Amino acid sequence: MATFALVDCNNFYASCERLFQPRLRGRPVVVLSNNDGCVIARSNEAKALGVAMGAPLFKIRKLVEEHDIAVCSSNYALYGDISERVMSVLGSNAPGHEIYSIDECFLDLDRLAVPNLTEWCRDLRQTTLQWTGIPVSVGVGPTKTLAKLANRLAKKSAKAGGVLDLVHHPNWIDAALRKTPIGDVWGVGRRWSVMLEERGMRTAYDFASAPDAWVRQRMGVVGLRTVHELRGHVCHALEDQPPPKQTTCCSRTFGTAIYDKGQVHDAVMSFAERAAEKVRHAGQVAGAVQLFIRTDPFAQDMPQKSASGSATFHRPTSDTRDITAAVLRIFERIWRDGYGWRKAGVLLLDLAAPGAAPASLFDVMEAPDDGLMRAIDRINDRYGRGTATLGLARKDAEWRMRRENLSPSFTTRWGDIPAAKMG
Amino acid sequence: MLRPVDNPTPLELPLFTVTVPAGFPSPADDHIEGKLDLNEHLVRRPAATFFVRASGESMRGAGIFDGDLLIIDRGVSPQSDDIVIAILQGELTVKRLRQVDGNWHLVAENSAYPSLPLIEGDCEIWGVVTHSIRRHCGR
Repeated sequence: MATFALVDCNNFYASCERLFQPRLRGRPVVVLSNNDGCVIARSNEAKALGVAMGAPLFKIRKLVEEHDIAVCSSNYALYGDISERVMSVLGSNAPGHEIYSIDECFLDLDRLAVPNLTEWCRDLRQTTLQWTGIPVSVGVGPTKTLAKLANRLAKKSAKAGGVLDLVHHPNWIDAALRKTPIGDVWGVGRRWSVMLEERGMRTAYDFASAPDAWVRQRMGVVGLRTVHELRGHVCHALEDQPPPKQTTCCSRTFGTAIYDKGQVHDAVMSFAERAAEKVRHAGQVAGAVQLFIRTDPFAQDMPQKSASGSATFHRPTSDTRDITAAVLRIFERIWRDGYGWRKAGVLLLDLAAPGAAPASLFDVMEAPDDGLMRAIDRINDRYGRGTATLGLARKDAEWRMRRENLSPSFTTRWGDIPAAKMG
Repeated sequence: MLRPVDNPTPLELPLFTVTVPAGFPSPADDHIEGKLDLNEHLVRRPAATFFVRASGESMRGAGIFDGDLLIIDRGVSPQSDDIVIAILQGELTVKRLRQVDGNWHLVAENSAYPSLPLIEGDCEIWGVVTHSIRRHCGR
């Protein structure tokens, strides 16, 4: 039988914050979204205090003071590095793996010949914890959907000890399905769960028992696949290599609404630069670029506007100079005075490998030498992002993110490595 | 956000065939036969390796001085006589782990500092120090 595992890091962002700050252990910890807006991660202690996912910081201020909750700005440099380490440990222990998100990884355990899979999973948990300091839970099932469902229960049940194997305990599957609310099934979104609940299907078990024709009619082939996976028929294989990205985006919500043209200009130029860098990193070129700016949709008392524009490149490119020039032209076209702009972003579209990109039929220009771009990327890789730029973006401008409680980049910047006392 | 794993940037230094304790290498032997990667030498398990800055004086006897860079390998299981990073009162601390008559201790390598008995559940060994690196010339 096919055997999939889903390994999920427990309260990943909070666990990363605790790794180098032992004082945060045992203390409730919350991590805030970009701009310190709302709660995006909670330690178990914070969950127990009733801090809701997505709660805006101002709404939990009182709770924070009363219970001495540690509030952290999100530190993606740290989380990204620790994630890589966790994925590397998992990948080197399992026959196949697919990184599903920053804190989740599917494993293919088909070819793993071990006498006791639960024991093996416990060892994997222990190794991951020892090597990286990150606690994980492991769910095992005959399909990815059931592995995900098992993982959720492994995390919830104290008895499970962080591991639940439904492949070698098929008689547990019915109970597991009954214990899983429909909204917690992988692939069932908010809209579907409302629809299914209205029709009396409250658990994964109810859904798995629904007739195929009905599911197909209501939810199409995607819904049908989910039902089949819940019944143990594999519809989703492991995706070893994620398909190359078709688009890349660099966008930010500004710390405050910005009225000044120069400041928004600086911001979008730095996004263009960053997006170009991302595309080069993936070894791709872009065929088109899009720029958008918009006001704060929640500030209903302010004039609202959203503007965007795009441009196509004659020859697909990853050169910062081409991309920033195009973004600048779009920016001049769509800019309007008198609005408090709150968010902007640059999207690079039609991404392809350089060879795969057809050069324009009437292309007369020489292909640009990308030696300069390579040099800039290498400098920035070594000395930190934004060290070498095209003289476009100003530093420390108002648009930069609000991150008042940012922890140091413990693992990615020499000046930030943790100190150990000899006293 | 995710970069390839287990692939530290190699720092490549030329490797010569003869060791010369003093003086100049023979011109006949100056053909390069390989590259030395310092990461390969210092970092056995990249996923488990962390860098920490040492601060203080209590480990002078072990040759670790204020400001030294420590390489920690969490993939190594701590044993007696290892130099370790321990969590003491919520702080990362450098000590020598030592077992005496069946009892574990965290020992300072400087007579001015006391040794501490290790009480299970009260203290956690964060990782084992595998190397220390000291700068001898600042330019």
